[in-house]
Amino acid sequence: MQKTFDNRAWFLVLPVVLLVAFNALIPLMTVVNYSVQDIFDSTHRLFVGTDWFKEMLRSPRLHNALWRQLIFSGLVLLIEIPLGVLIALMMSKKSGWKTSLTLVLVALPLLIPWNVIGTIWVVFLRPDIGLLGHFIDSVLGISFDYPTVPIEAWISVMLMEVWHWTPLVVLLAYAGLCAIPDAYYQAARIDGASGWAVFRYIQLPKMRGVLTIAILLRFMDSFLIYTEPFVLTGGGPGDSTTFLSIYLVKIALGEFDVGRAGAFSIIYFLIVLAFSYVFYQALQRVGTGEGK
Amino acid sequence: MTLGWMAWTVPTAIFFITIAVILVAMTVWQVVAPSLERRGFLVIPTTPGDRLFVGLLVSGFVHLAWIGLTGASLWIATVISLVWLVVVMRWG
Repeated sequence: MQKTFDNRAWFLVLPVVLLVAFNALIPLMTVVNYSVQDIFDSTHRLFVGTDWFKEMLRSPRLHNALWRQLIFSGLVLLIEIPLGVLIALMMSKKSGWKTSLTLVLVALPLLIPWNVIGTIWVVFLRPDIGLLGHFIDSVLGISFDYPTVPIEAWISVMLMEVWHWTPLVVLLAYAGLCAIPDAYYQAARIDGASGWAVFRYIQLPKMRGVLTIAILLRFMDSFLIYTEPFVLTGGGPGDSTTFLSIYLVKIALGEFDVGRAGAFSIIYFLIVLAFSYVFYQALQRVGTGEGK
Repeated sequence: MTLGWMAWTVPTAIFFITIAVILVAMTVWQVVAPSLERRGFLVIPTTPGDRLFVGLLVSGFVHLAWIGLTGASLWIATVISLVWLVVVMRWG
């Protein structure tokens, strides 16, 4: 049956449109205006056309930040999705207080404010008073100094990110697993299917929808990450953990260069918009049976 | 209330007014002649609004690529984008 649409329903979203106009549209227009000018103060400004865009698009620091960001988001997906699925597979599917307790414990990191997450890890990784830092330094005898060694800073940021957000993947994967009817498992048992076959042909296809959502959420969130690495490493040592948003804030607030920051913001915005649209299309098709 | 803090310039004002006019025109068009989703060379089912969005987004990247990779006049990128917009609206 062909669906019919009544476009007058769009008037119901007018309040949201007004709200978005104030908190997103007007600031965005201002950013576009800033991006084509050199602003000295509120009354003195110079139109520079696309100069800031030219400078930012050819800036090695921006290229490096973008690569760093893509590698970071790629690693996040490569680690968190399989790990989340693995933990969800190990959790009991029977309801009871043990399952509830496990779910609450697993979800705990998701409840902590993002800047507190950074602070927790700053303390946790300190060799003198931090549990993990002291363990690595004194018990394992490995010199661990993440504020000065880039690779150790990356490991620290990844550890924090995985600790913080894998629970989301676990919860989504667990919900997907719980929704699989028992009849599928019975059929698999009758056929003498191995554990791997059950995972490959029953559990994984049935988790397709929730895993798509998990991948989209984790990619976008990690692509926009700011607070946790900023608190933990401040983007350092050097520029080694300066992701896109940290670099943007350095230009906008550190150097108070609103022209360059405006141009950068628009480039960043277009990249995020493109990813969001691709993901939106993928989400629209989840559960419709398309694209299998 | 003045709009001085928004630091308006003539080119950016023309840009946003053009976008607003396109959106209003598309809305009127949709009300007068309602359209349904269809599939073109973009593969995914799209409404005219989807095609406009894809068209504008790609146009944005065309302009960025032009600025980043060439030193030639930006008007050439604008012409390429306009041709792309027509193509994607008609056959996308």
